[in-house]
Amino acid sequence: MSIKITVTVNGVKHTDKVEPRLLLVHYLRDVLRLTGTHVGCDTSGCGACTILVNGKATKSCTMLAVQADKAKVTTIEGIASNGELHPLQEGFNQCHGLQCGFCTPGIIMTACDLLKNNKKPSEEEIRVALEGNFCRCTGYENIVKSIQYAADKMSAPKARKTKKEATV
Amino acid sequence: MIPAAFDYQKPKTVDEAIAALSGSNSKILAGGHSLLPAMKLRLSQPSKLVDINGISALKGIKEEDGEIVIGAASTHADIAGDRIIKSKLAFFSEGALLIGDVQVRNHGTIGGSLAHADPASDWPALVLAADGAIEVQGKNGKRRIKATDFFTGLFSTALQENEIIIAVRVPVPPEGTKATYQKLSHPASRFAIVGCAVVRFADGKTNIAFTGVADHAFRASNTETAVSGKAINEDVIATATNTAVQGVIFLSDHHASAEYRKHLTKVYLKKALQVIT
Ligand SMILES: Cc1cc2nc3c(=O)[nH]c(=O)nc-3n(C[C@H](O)[C@H](O)[C@H](O)COP(=O)(O)OP(=O)(O)OC[C@H]3O[C@@H](n4cnc5c(N)ncnc54)[C@H](O)[C@@H]3O)c2cc1C
Ligand code: FES
Ligand code: FES
Repeated sequence: MSIKITVTVNGVKHTDKVEPRLLLVHYLRDVLRLTGTHVGCDTSGCGACTILVNGKATKSCTMLAVQADKAKVTTIEGIASNGELHPLQEGFNQCHGLQCGFCTPGIIMTACDLLKNNKKPSEEEIRVALEGNFCRCTGYENIVKSIQYAADKMSAPKARKTKKEATV
Repeated sequence: MIPAAFDYQKPKTVDEAIAALSGSNSKILAGGHSLLPAMKLRLSQPSKLVDINGISALKGIKEEDGEIVIGAASTHADIAGDRIIKSKLAFFSEGALLIGDVQVRNHGTIGGSLAHADPASDWPALVLAADGAIEVQGKNGKRRIKATDFFTGLFSTALQENEIIIAVRVPVPPEGTKATYQKLSHPASRFAIVGCAVVRFADGKTNIAFTGVADHAFRASNTETAVSGKAINEDVIATATNTAVQGVIFLSDHHASAEYRKHLTKVYLKKALQVIT
């Protein structure tokens, strides 16, 4: 059996025929070639495969591609805009929030979900939000700092763009 | 890991879902957070999945005839954040937030959790302590199963073949009711190693339910008798914790031995009783 699905991934509509057993993470990585989403444990534990489905943090190894039919999906490839890093990406860069980087895309997507609902999370709230994401390298300290960096940047009043920048 | 092949259907109504389930080896897919991991390990190999997420009648939370009605396909996150739940059944909201992690709560559902009847899951204890009932629908129409009759063994329930849980119904707790859920979470998965839910009504009647302790969640009726109507003091707590561990066949696994679970049962009951005092 194969089923036609239409999924909007990072703003682009994709229509494909897939087997029902195809996992969403394999659809993203193998069919759409969006390999920023990682498979770590493959057993719903580590959060490396986290993406947003209709805005909600989701372990894409624990969802079928057919379940994402008509959904809006955001992956790590979709959060920078106009060549500018997302504040979370900038935060991880500035605060040394990664070492091997394997967990990073999943952690950033979980943090996107957090910051959407909580503009100014406390350290504890950040750590609770990351319960489903494992990092084997950093010890989490700098991950927390990176997310705080992004929260600060995103809630800071926007610098007014000069005319020249606005047209770029 | 890739599950064995299966067919997939996404009906729009409960009747369509019941029809789609007939035929051998079909299974309901709700949040998929217990089923898909089992299918990936090939512990479960259904030939068809009937996805109930397109059935709007199974979503949403409302108050009706003195009961709070939670649609079976409501996610743990939906329940945790719901206005009615937060104001009238706050310990359900607190309990829901202790399940798994954000990603699990965004997809796992109350109906799936009850149907799956994992001995370490949280909803069974909460629904039992709240005097809840499980409303199901099958080929012969609807029926209502008291939570106390629902859990029958390890991963086993009173659900019959092709019956779908459509809602969980909980009486609105009267003014003055106190309730709490105390849980020792597994450090990685957050499943309950031991969970204790206590609801105490204004007249002192006390409901006590455990999960994680034995092969299925249960109401500790002798312990309830030891506590109900009495002022909760150190003596009552001591009697209650000693009663709670009588006659229980404790689970024993690599997370916790039977002896340790027995100890935790006392500790978490004590914590819960202290919170509602
Ligand atoms: C990493 C991780 C951590 C977790 N931690 C916890 C935890 O701390 N506490 C906890 O309680 N749970 C935990 N869970 C389990 C999680 O809550 C599951 O989502 C839940 O137990 C099952 O719900 P589901 O909607 O995902 O069901 P599914 O996986 O879709 O289905 C489970 C079973 O129930 C059946 N079913 C589903 N819906 C219905 C229905 N309406 N009527 C009849 N049968 C139905 C299915 O056919 C299947 O057999 C965890 C899961 C994961 C992956
Ligand atoms: S790969 Fe999905 S949770 Fe680990
Ligand atoms: S940076 Fe290596 S796992 Fe997190």
